Amino acid sequence: MSAPDPQAPPVLEVRGLSIGYGGKCVLDGVDLDVRKGAVTALIGPSGCGKTSFLMSLNRLTELVPRCSVAGRVRLGGRELDAATDTRWLRRRIGMVFQRPTPFPVSVARNLHLPLRDSGCPRSELRARTEAVLRRVGLWDEVAGRIDSPADTLSGGQQQRLCIARALVLEPEILLMDEPCSALDPLSTRRIEELIRSLRGTVTMVIVTHNLGQARRLADDVAVFWSRGGRGALIESGPAKGVFSAPAHPDTAAYLEGLQG
Amino acid sequence: MPVRDERRAESPGELVLTVLACGSAVVVFAVFAWIVGDIVRHGASEISWSFLVDPPSRAGRAGGISSVIVSTLEILLVCLGVAVPIGVGAALFLAEVARGGRFAGRLVRAGLDVLAGVPSIVSGLFGNAFFCVTLGLGFSILSGGLTLACMVLPLLTRSLELGLRSVPDDYRMAAAALDLSSTRFFAQILLPAAAPGLAAGLLLGIGRAMAETAALILTSGSVDRMPGSLLDSGRALSVHVYELAMNVPGGEARAYATALVLVLLLVAINLLSNTMVHRLVSPRVSA
Amino acid sequence: MSRSFPDAILVRVLRLLAFLSGCIVLFVFLHLVLEAWPALETPGLRRFLTDDAWRPAGGPPDARYGFAPMVVGSLAATLGAMLLAAPLGFCSAVFCHQCAPPRLRGAYRRIVELLAGIPSVVYGLWGLVTLAPLVRAIEPPGPSLLTGSLVLGLMILPTVALLADAAFASVPRAQLQAAAAVSLSRWRTLLAVHLPQARPGLWGALLLGTARALGETMAVLMVCGNVIQVPKSVFNPVRTLTADIALELGYATGTHRSALFVLWLFLMGAVVVLVAAAELLGSNRARA
Repeated sequence: MSAPDPQAPPVLEVRGLSIGYGGKCVLDGVDLDVRKGAVTALIGPSGCGKTSFLMSLNRLTELVPRCSVAGRVRLGGRELDAATDTRWLRRRIGMVFQRPTPFPVSVARNLHLPLRDSGCPRSELRARTEAVLRRVGLWDEVAGRIDSPADTLSGGQQQRLCIARALVLEPEILLMDEPCSALDPLSTRRIEELIRSLRGTVTMVIVTHNLGQARRLADDVAVFWSRGGRGALIESGPAKGVFSAPAHPDTAAYLEGLQG
Repeated sequence: MPVRDERRAESPGELVLTVLACGSAVVVFAVFAWIVGDIVRHGASEISWSFLVDPPSRAGRAGGISSVIVSTLEILLVCLGVAVPIGVGAALFLAEVARGGRFAGRLVRAGLDVLAGVPSIVSGLFGNAFFCVTLGLGFSILSGGLTLACMVLPLLTRSLELGLRSVPDDYRMAAAALDLSSTRFFAQILLPAAAPGLAAGLLLGIGRAMAETAALILTSGSVDRMPGSLLDSGRALSVHVYELAMNVPGGEARAYATALVLVLLLVAINLLSNTMVHRLVSPRVSA
Repeated sequence: MSRSFPDAILVRVLRLLAFLSGCIVLFVFLHLVLEAWPALETPGLRRFLTDDAWRPAGGPPDARYGFAPMVVGSLAATLGAMLLAAPLGFCSAVFCHQCAPPRLRGAYRRIVELLAGIPSVVYGLWGLVTLAPLVRAIEPPGPSLLTGSLVLGLMILPTVALLADAAFASVPRAQLQAAAAVSLSRWRTLLAVHLPQARPGLWGALLLGTARALGETMAVLMVCGNVIQVPKSVFNPVRTLTADIALELGYATGTHRSALFVLWLFLMGAVVVLVAAAELLGSNRARA
């Protein structure tokens, strides 16, 4: 649970990222640096393009019809462009979605599939599965039923399984789109603990509507806002600074509105 | 978690709807019972073990239907052996590769839909001209099976495609985020999850194939001897029923008996397909 | 998705298979046109529509190619069949989804599936031996437009019901849960949630059922009476296009045979129109 190194170069650099759906611009010109090992929270009202921004980082926007993405992204100093292999990219950047989406197979299989796909030999499957399940704190709960269907787990357990599945390929960056919004408070707390324990070893970018959660977890914050029908990034920086003394009037209004 | 409705008082409009729905179900039940009852009543008396294992004699007025049964099964195997792989491939293409409104997908789908509507005797004509004459297969089980494959393909593809589409998008997104190879995703997640659709399509396909008469008359002929190889002509069960009913005076009783056998076979295949669906789904999940 | 090598092959194979299936129908169509060409040249398309009778077997001066009565026969039988099958089919699909307790639901579906599997010859046989005498008791001769419509309707009823059922089943569960969460009555759920989502599938069921009825051969051959005439009442026997071909193809040669292929061309055209309509309607609704 180490704190991120403030002097290290950003692992992810975004310049001028714009996203449009069917010709309509939904996100305009985002500039953002993501610190290595830090937890970066993306906050802001609904519809400001936070999820679209997240999806554009691992090219999941390519699955959405008529979605166009412009701008520059650098991962670990390397420029990402059309020629970049999505396979390589999605191994470095993992994603967890709002609703837990375990595959309709057993718990173990959920983890075996991406492992086998990345060339992990059969002899190592068990070991790596156990390792990642321990990492997310799920091993004790599911060790006995690792071969039963994943959808017999509770919502919180399923989400942790999804996090495990995203981590099993050992990505540098983990994207999380409101990972706790579909869960009860106890599961939420468990996942927040997990996020805290992963801090330092994995860079995390989390979209959240829960300001308390952002306060508890985030090292850095990026505030999104809607301007003239399109989303934009209005403020970003270390969490402490943004929360205590927001530079932008809209940020202040947002923080105030949700507190009052 | 069952989403059972509460037994609140339904408005009169809703009551009418309920009556309509239940009424039509009753009508369907009743018709089914009537038809099956007739078949059983008229046909059961003729059925015996010798009926099933003896070949027909005196144009079917006597003897049994053994050769006819064998011919039918062989035709079915040829048909499915060709139609299922093509159908699975086409459905995967339509549901996954060419998703949504892309032009290629719509073209293929339109082509398949039209094929679905092609009347059976047209398929028979085509099968006759192409398989029997052009490819030189003559009146044979192979010709019949291939023709039926063309007829069954659209039903199979559409049903499987429906099944594939009903698999939630969540799985696709999660698999994409992990960059799971398509081959692995299709084989280990998508197809098992869509197994019910395949089974349903298979059912409808088999039903359609076995029910086919006109096309088979023109492609596999109506020779009622036991077929020696796939290139021999053979009479299918449905063709036998037709011949006995229309062209053999006094053949109605035997026609009903054959019809009964046909229907029973269909029921058996139905049950078999359903158990196959269950077996297809469970081992995957606990693997 | 990803660009690994086996995936690239997979996509190519899938594309090939898909195009193969799409092209079959083109192939069939081309072949039909080739066979029909001689009759389209002589005596020519117009005579099919305007001649007063159908007597193609005679030599050129005597032969007549008017197929209007048979077109009427086909359309009337199909219309009658759909009047019976569509409401019953949809209502029973609704029954399956709304009113039936879960145990009954499975059994009911099985029964409909079985009905769908009963071959047309068996319906024809039953129609000939059981239904026709009943109709004869009301008014002779028995095998007639009415009998044909009834049998045809019963034949396509299960198909329509099954397709409608599949359309209803394709409604995502999340929406149903949302409706239940707001305590929406099940009928209102049906109208507001199921119907819009299922509409493309329902249209598909309707149009495919109609196409099937139009193309049916055996049942109508056995129970329609096979007299070439425009029916004045539902108790008159008729002959459909399909039945005519089945009856005459065995011995038709030369121009006569080509003429039969022209009949098929018309049927094919009708089917294409129906299916195109289904496609358009389906995609329009899906976009809406």
